[in-house]
Amino acid sequence: MQEKDEKDTLVLGGKEFHSRFILGSGKYSLQLIEAAVRDAGAEIVTLAVRRAQTKEHENILSYIPEGVTLLPNTSGARDAHEAVRIAHLARELCGSNFVKIEIMRDTKYLLPDNAETIRATEILAKEGFVVLPYMYPDLNVGRDLVSAGAAAVMPLAAPIGSNRGLATRDFIQMLIDELDLPVIVDAGIGKPSQACEAMEMGAAAVMANTALATAGNLTMMASAFRQAIDAGRKAYLSGLGRVLVRGAASSDPLTGFLRD
Amino acid sequence: MDRKYQLENDPSSRINHMEYLPDMEVIESDICDKVLEEMNSYDASRYTARDVRNALSHENCSIEDVKALLSPAAEPFLEEMAQRAQRETSRHFGNTVYIFTPLYIDNHCENYCVYCGFNRYNKIRRLKLNMEEIEHEMDVIARSGMEEILLLTGESRGSSSIRYIGEACRLAAKYFRMVGLEVYPVNTEDYRYFHECGADYVTVFQETYNSDRYEELHLDGRKRIWPYRFHTQERALMAGMRGVGFSALLGLSDFRRDALATALHVYYLQRKYPRAEMSLSCPRIRPIVGGTDLCYEKVSERQLCQILCAYRIFLPFAGITVSSRESSAFRNGIVRIAATKVSAGVSTGIGDHAEKYGEECGECKEGDEQFEINDTRSLDTMYNDIRGAGLQPVLNDYVSL
Repeated sequence: MQEKDEKDTLVLGGKEFHSRFILGSGKYSLQLIEAAVRDAGAEIVTLAVRRAQTKEHENILSYIPEGVTLLPNTSGARDAHEAVRIAHLARELCGSNFVKIEIMRDTKYLLPDNAETIRATEILAKEGFVVLPYMYPDLNVGRDLVSAGAAAVMPLAAPIGSNRGLATRDFIQMLIDELDLPVIVDAGIGKPSQACEAMEMGAAAVMANTALATAGNLTMMASAFRQAIDAGRKAYLSGLGRVLVRGAASSDPLTGFLRD
Repeated sequence: MDRKYQLENDPSSRINHMEYLPDMEVIESDICDKVLEEMNSYDASRYTARDVRNALSHENCSIEDVKALLSPAAEPFLEEMAQRAQRETSRHFGNTVYIFTPLYIDNHCENYCVYCGFNRYNKIRRLKLNMEEIEHEMDVIARSGMEEILLLTGESRGSSSIRYIGEACRLAAKYFRMVGLEVYPVNTEDYRYFHECGADYVTVFQETYNSDRYEELHLDGRKRIWPYRFHTQERALMAGMRGVGFSALLGLSDFRRDALATALHVYYLQRKYPRAEMSLSCPRIRPIVGGTDLCYEKVSERQLCQILCAYRIFLPFAGITVSSRESSAFRNGIVRIAATKVSAGVSTGIGDHAEKYGEECGECKEGDEQFEINDTRSLDTMYNDIRGAGLQPVLNDYVSL
């Protein structure tokens, strides 16, 4: 068994990544970001543009370690138009074309607005952005996002911040099976075992934020997630073994009629 | 006959089977490359019993899994495959079995396909029905209770013009709720016209996905152009057809590779056109009138069953039609496992439905058959047999809008 397949990289917008753990940067203090990134082995860190302090008071950019790709998100946007404006600001702020679309129309459940997300994706992809849309896992929407030019799709596993795990498992599996794009499981993943399961299903990467922010020891949890994601990826690549199903065989043979 | 001899014996006298003729539409598509890449790298002997067990335990059947299920290693697992296939069929189609009938309206053909009874050098009685005769046949068939019809012609644009086929579709739409077409491949605009005339389903058999073998079997005519035929289903879908049918004629070439290519053709096209309905057939080569002794690969009933089970497990959503080439015993068995559609009251000849359906024939004209059928059951017999097996026969699954 190979310890590590050097070629197993995650490619987003033409850029190769070796880590499949995308780290959120909100919800915990800026001083912890560097240690979290280190222990998570993360190469991509998300950043809420609306929350980013970019002046003299604790400029977030100065806390992001060298070599890490910033993935600014459009949280706070309520429609495609606002998301596009935030994406333009993000490009100025981070100097990168990567953007994660987040468009929410309700402040209680923070569910992504799929229709507006498709619209924003189409506009920004045409402008040359590497667009990673956060979405409710719906296969038709997934296909529309592919057509709109998304670089990956980011379906939610459970309500954001809930730590409830793969509540939408079956629907995420459909996206993984049917779309020719990386599927990055986002939102709701609360434990390393859940991240591992998502990777075993064939997800290209997992994103977590609240699970770390609410853990007793943030950096230790970052490390646990890293190991779980690696394990799940290896299991997926190796091909999962069979699961015996009890009592599935019928006693009445179906193939008795065959002559030769 | 000099030309026939030349085509058979001098490969340089044949046109390039990979080059489109000037009026053939070229579409942009990567599906052919994807299918051929998988098919050409498929080594069925590489798979083991372990691979087959794993494939059967996976909830979703991957491309690697279907390769294992089509391999010789899966032959000892046929009963397990059948059990799994039955569960998938039941999950997607319940216990329903659709019944339709084909209607051949013209057996003229411009191609020279060495295994086909309609080929242009074969001395058979040729016949083309006029609209009045077509309508009479349709009327007889419709009165038997049939609601879905498949119109077939030989492949002769000279005899069966686009307009002729379109008019036949218009007539069919008056008598039947679902009209399928199995005629020579055409360009998108012609499919759009057929669709406007009432056709909604296009079936074209690729015969074999091995283009080198295809070249040896299809010596002349437009059908010889392999890639144009490959892209037929996609052109039909681009023109708005609701569904498309696929098949290889098993036995013409390595049947495992052909079965894999057919399955992948469906798989990739479904991913690209998720709205489309997909269906598969699985005919084995049968003797023809005036047939030659070409070397074909024998496909046993167990191997045919294996292929159908692999199709069902890999493509649980696809309709599977079992040809009347097969025996009634085989068709009865396979509808319990994987098939969802059977033909009944079949005649592969021309203009003989009136007689077949017990009408006074008088001086009916009849043309020869394309191939010999094996299961000759009428609609009523088929209906009752399906019901007797605890399944629900269905004559229509379609609302025409």
